[in-house]
Amino acid sequence: MIYADNAATTKMSESAVNTMVSVANMSWGNPSSLYAYGQKAKEILERAREDISRIVGAEPDEIIFTSGGSEADNQAIRSAAEIGLKKGKMHIISSVFEHHAVLHTLEALKKDGFEITLLEVYENGIIITEEVEAAIKENTCLVSIMYANNEIGTIQPIREIGEICRKKKVLFHVDAVQAVGHIPVNVVEDNIDMLSASAHKFHGPKGVGFVYARKGISLSRLIEGGAQERGKRAGTENVPGIAAMAEALKESYEKMEDNASHLTKMRDRLIKGIGEIPHSVLNGDAYKRLPGNVNYCFEGIEGEALLLLLDDRGICASSGSACTSGSLDPSHVLLAIGRIHDVAHGSVRFSLGEDIEESDVDAIIQSVKEVVDYLRSFSPVWRDLISGKKQFIL
Amino acid sequence: MALYSDKVMDHFRNPRNVGIIENADGVGEVGNAKCGDIMKMYLKIEDDIVKDVKFETFGCGSAIASSSMATELIKGQPVSEVKNLTNKAVAEALDGLPDYKMHCSVLAEEAIQAALEDYQERIRKGK
Repeated sequence: MIYADNAATTKMSESAVNTMVSVANMSWGNPSSLYAYGQKAKEILERAREDISRIVGAEPDEIIFTSGGSEADNQAIRSAAEIGLKKGKMHIISSVFEHHAVLHTLEALKKDGFEITLLEVYENGIIITEEVEAAIKENTCLVSIMYANNEIGTIQPIREIGEICRKKKVLFHVDAVQAVGHIPVNVVEDNIDMLSASAHKFHGPKGVGFVYARKGISLSRLIEGGAQERGKRAGTENVPGIAAMAEALKESYEKMEDNASHLTKMRDRLIKGIGEIPHSVLNGDAYKRLPGNVNYCFEGIEGEALLLLLDDRGICASSGSACTSGSLDPSHVLLAIGRIHDVAHGSVRFSLGEDIEESDVDAIIQSVKEVVDYLRSFSPVWRDLISGKKQFIL
Repeated sequence: MALYSDKVMDHFRNPRNVGIIENADGVGEVGNAKCGDIMKMYLKIEDDIVKDVKFETFGCGSAIASSSMATELIKGQPVSEVKNLTNKAVAEALDGLPDYKMHCSVLAEEAIQAALEDYQERIRKGK
């Protein structure tokens, strides 16, 4: 099997699994208990917090553990909204191609009376800093922009946007779920006030993540109950998962440079190979993108059929076609960068993992070429295109 | 659990009656690229019997499988029978489709009915 869907989830690293099992076996006490066995779990929890905070440039008490990236996004945005509300500032700026954890939270806030501005993105899939600045108003309480897009992998000018937000005294939240563990992320250098991350995107376990909130920013509780996480997130902490997340993050940071340089080589080889298919287009900027992300649209075919046939050949990938989303519309990200419906249905995303080899990339290229050719061979859309009845878009 | 039944996967992987018929007696095309599914059916009809049928489909796995199964169900059948083909029959022959994919079987039914209408229209007009 060639696993090329690391943006969906990653395989846990061996040391993360070992950490998780060993904590579950040896230190299963409740970190809130006062006896020594409980305090042993507390120690593990706080060491994980220190490790994670150090890596992202934060202080330990600026990190709150959550159930994952979606909860972190929800908590950060709702907290900023509550802070804004107290000051009578009810305007939030974000972008049209954020993750649904952000977009749907904003939709809910809109029903509560908040004004939401969603910035457009252009064909390269990168937000323009000046447009963020121009959108900021007297009553803006939050700007929320993702570090890297989950579908097309494009990396946003976070540091520059953060600088603007500092200057304008507006909170800046960054959904960094796809970036943490893959590219350097530092909350201080990047001028980030709040940040969301998820362990299973960097070889940690599922169901664990964290939210960073700069000192002085008061997080609101999403879950009421006990006083865990300094009263900001009730519920007995997932100590084995949190310890494994810290282990996975440490490992990712130690190997980041080597991994990124290898992945970039593999990515560019894949981009070049698939680009030989006529009437195809790379989605998102060719260079300002995550090291392992390749996303293409092909004219005349539909993405789900492509995925199923790749699966038959042992290749795991994903698509932004409507059929894979369970809705009638294709990916909101592809539509946001200007791909029309007809073309957006024919998309495929490969998100490569660090263990990918050149021979795997070549096998993917070969399979994609064959499958696209095959599906086009009986596509009425393709027939209309090659017969000149319809104009090619790509 | 797999997304699709073995029958769906079989018809998706090895679609029957793929292609076009030159000088078909009836051609029907339904769906649109905006929604992500287009089916085109070609019928050859002799003595009120569907002698041959071919299809082309732009769409997902279940759209391709539904087209393929529909062609198998109507090949060799009298036109009067084919008129009664329902999407339910197509879905059942495939051992079922996920709820959100039922529209694929509807498209298959509609494509065949559209091809039949085209055939009858041509007869009315004296070919």
